[in-house]
Amino acid sequence: MGGCRDGGGFAGRQSVQWRCAYNDFVCDVRVAAVVLKYETRRFYKKAAAFVLRAVAKHSPELAQAVVDCGALDALVISLEEFDPGVKEAAAWALGYIARHNGELSQAVVDAGAIPLLVLCIQEPEVALKRIAASALSDISKHSPELAQTVVDAGAIAHLSQMILNPDAKLKRQVFSALSQISKHSVDLAEMVVEAEIFPAVLTCLKDPDEYVKKNVATLIREITKHTPELSQLIVNAGGVAAVIDYIGDSRGNVRLPGIMMLGYVAAHSENLAMAVIVSKGVPQLAICLSEEPEDHIKAATAWALGQIGRHTPEHARAVAVANVLPRMLSLYMESESSEDLQVKAKKALKSILQKCTYLPGLEPLLHEAPPNILKHVVGQFSKVLPHDSKARRLFVTSGGLRKIQEIKSEPGSVLQEYINSINNCYPEEIVRYYSPGYSDTLLERVDHYQPVM
Amino acid sequence: MATMVKLQRKINGIKEESFNRNRVAEENRRKEHKAALLIQSWFRGCRVRAYLRHLQRKATTIQKIWRGYLGRMYFRRMVKIQKRWRAYYVRKYVHNYYALKQYLEGLIMTNEIVRRELEEFAVIKSREREKTALESGERKKDYLARKMHYLVSTEQIAGVFNSPYKLFPDEMEFRLRGAKPLSPKASRSRKHGTEGIVETSAPGTPFTLPQIEHLPPIPKKKQQGPFRDPTEVLLQRYKPLEPTLRVATSIMSVEEAREELKRKEWGSRVNDELFHHFSNANKSRRHELMLHTSSKFGHVDYGTKHFREENPEKLKGKKDFKRVFTTVQVFDKFGKMYSSAGKAV
Repeated sequence: MGGCRDGGGFAGRQSVQWRCAYNDFVCDVRVAAVVLKYETRRFYKKAAAFVLRAVAKHSPELAQAVVDCGALDALVISLEEFDPGVKEAAAWALGYIARHNGELSQAVVDAGAIPLLVLCIQEPEVALKRIAASALSDISKHSPELAQTVVDAGAIAHLSQMILNPDAKLKRQVFSALSQISKHSVDLAEMVVEAEIFPAVLTCLKDPDEYVKKNVATLIREITKHTPELSQLIVNAGGVAAVIDYIGDSRGNVRLPGIMMLGYVAAHSENLAMAVIVSKGVPQLAICLSEEPEDHIKAATAWALGQIGRHTPEHARAVAVANVLPRMLSLYMESESSEDLQVKAKKALKSILQKCTYLPGLEPLLHEAPPNILKHVVGQFSKVLPHDSKARRLFVTSGGLRKIQEIKSEPGSVLQEYINSINNCYPEEIVRYYSPGYSDTLLERVDHYQPVM
Repeated sequence: MATMVKLQRKINGIKEESFNRNRVAEENRRKEHKAALLIQSWFRGCRVRAYLRHLQRKATTIQKIWRGYLGRMYFRRMVKIQKRWRAYYVRKYVHNYYALKQYLEGLIMTNEIVRRELEEFAVIKSREREKTALESGERKKDYLARKMHYLVSTEQIAGVFNSPYKLFPDEMEFRLRGAKPLSPKASRSRKHGTEGIVETSAPGTPFTLPQIEHLPPIPKKKQQGPFRDPTEVLLQRYKPLEPTLRVATSIMSVEEAREELKRKEWGSRVNDELFHHFSNANKSRRHELMLHTSSKFGHVDYGTKHFREENPEKLKGKKDFKRVFTTVQVFDKFGKMYSSAGKAV
């Protein structure tokens, strides 16, 4: 559009060129905004809105430039157009502007776009609904206030009507919008739940479209993470079973929100954790832990297992039976795993071990664990063995006692105390028999023995 | 001896002195006795009190220990009761094991139901999807068959789908045999379908009225058989619409009529003066003097009151008022003449 004369000196040429390009660009954006505002032909309007969208897409600065050129008013006005294509383009551009940061989406809200976007959701055209829902999602994701404005415009009622729509792409956006609204606060989550989406949403976990499944799981996760009551509600609706099935059905990143949802539910209270265990969540998580290649998913799985197992010995037993402790330990020990994964695995291991009284599950750890984990393992043994004769016997036959004797610990440390209290459970001969170097001492005794004639 | 003598010399003095002394002692004895008694009583009192105090202390210690023991015993019994009660209360109402067990069993059942329902739902959905996919595939194939109908084999020449080297002809061959060839008109009419970004095929699009099917073309000549004359058919087909009065009248007719009336009034409004632009307003108009300044009677001051004109000099040159019209004779004589009967008329 606007031409540009070349700058003066060679030194400043590049910056001048850049400035000219920028000025040209600003000109173009202004022209697009003006076209959008005053043009009556719908194809021109649509094209202008698409120009604005394309510019605003890439960075917050560009989107800010678009806002500064006064495009928002023009876009909002075109949301009132009769033609669905123009509305769609305008909603699209607004969504792209709003998705960058809270200030930009506040600007979009201040321009009065939300009521019109909510009206767009109610239009019969699926494409328009889809894009309006996506724009609402982009607006409400930044802050509780923005989400509240979206809710105040009555968006939840209309969004919740569309959850059983056969169009998969629309469902994606709808669930994304609902989860973005409900993620901010308990009140907003409760408002989403009050729209009576609950048993119906679970059917979408069986959707063939992966993103629908993921967004539904995200929605459930965002709702459950707030309070035990909301989690209880979802558990009672059978949401945990559905999520566990969905984790089994999907692979990779799609199952991540489901895994986190199980963790959040289990973190709230021991009854909820028990509900997760009863719904067969632990074996599913164990499968995830073993078969997922990505570190962040493994970290989330380890975290969720830790949340499940940290409440009572009963919970810890359920986790230990699934044989995840050695796997977690190996994840913690591996040098390839990321730092986050190591931290998560360690914390989970620690919180489970402190409650675990299931000795067969602990025994493999005796042989592999580093001292900082071994401390907890031996501690659990020292707590259980004095009270359980069968376990004492088993502990000897399985080679645990030998291992205990081989552990080198500084005298006076916690570990040494635990070892002593284990040793006190056994007769001295046995302890000595299993201590390393016992055969040498026996031989020495042979050497020093004076035969009696 | 000398001392003996000395003493014997002093004996009287000594006797007297001893007597005196005894007397004084006798005199003081009661007093001293009383004082000694007082001292003794005080001392003994002190001692006994100290002993009592000591005893008291010991007794307190014994009592303290005993009472502490009793108290602790009592407290332990109380704690036992409290413990039992609290345990009972918690088991019964707070962490009711049986309720929890029941809840978890219920949850397992709910989960089973949910799982089964979701499974069924997924199966139904997948079946539906398969069905629609199959149908659309069939439709596509049918359309293809119609489009490629020219490839059908004839009696003499086998088509491409009917290879003589194969045992059976291709599936397409049977489809081609059953298909109706696509007419060029059909392909043209397909283009007139709805255009736009919004795909109308997706469900949830607005309900549209079914499109009117085209009527068969009218032949130019009269066809053989019981058919009407083409001109008559043409007239019939393209006759103008003759709606009833009710249909022909708009439901807004009253409002429209009002609007029309208003518009007419506005258009044919009578306006005496032409609108002049301000710059031209004074050009065509001559200045008119004010009535007061131009009259020869002069200006009358404000506030001057007079009910009758009293300026005889100014009226001097004036003639009397005369009626223009000739008088009516009858009226001139009214009241002055008498009738034949002698009464005033």
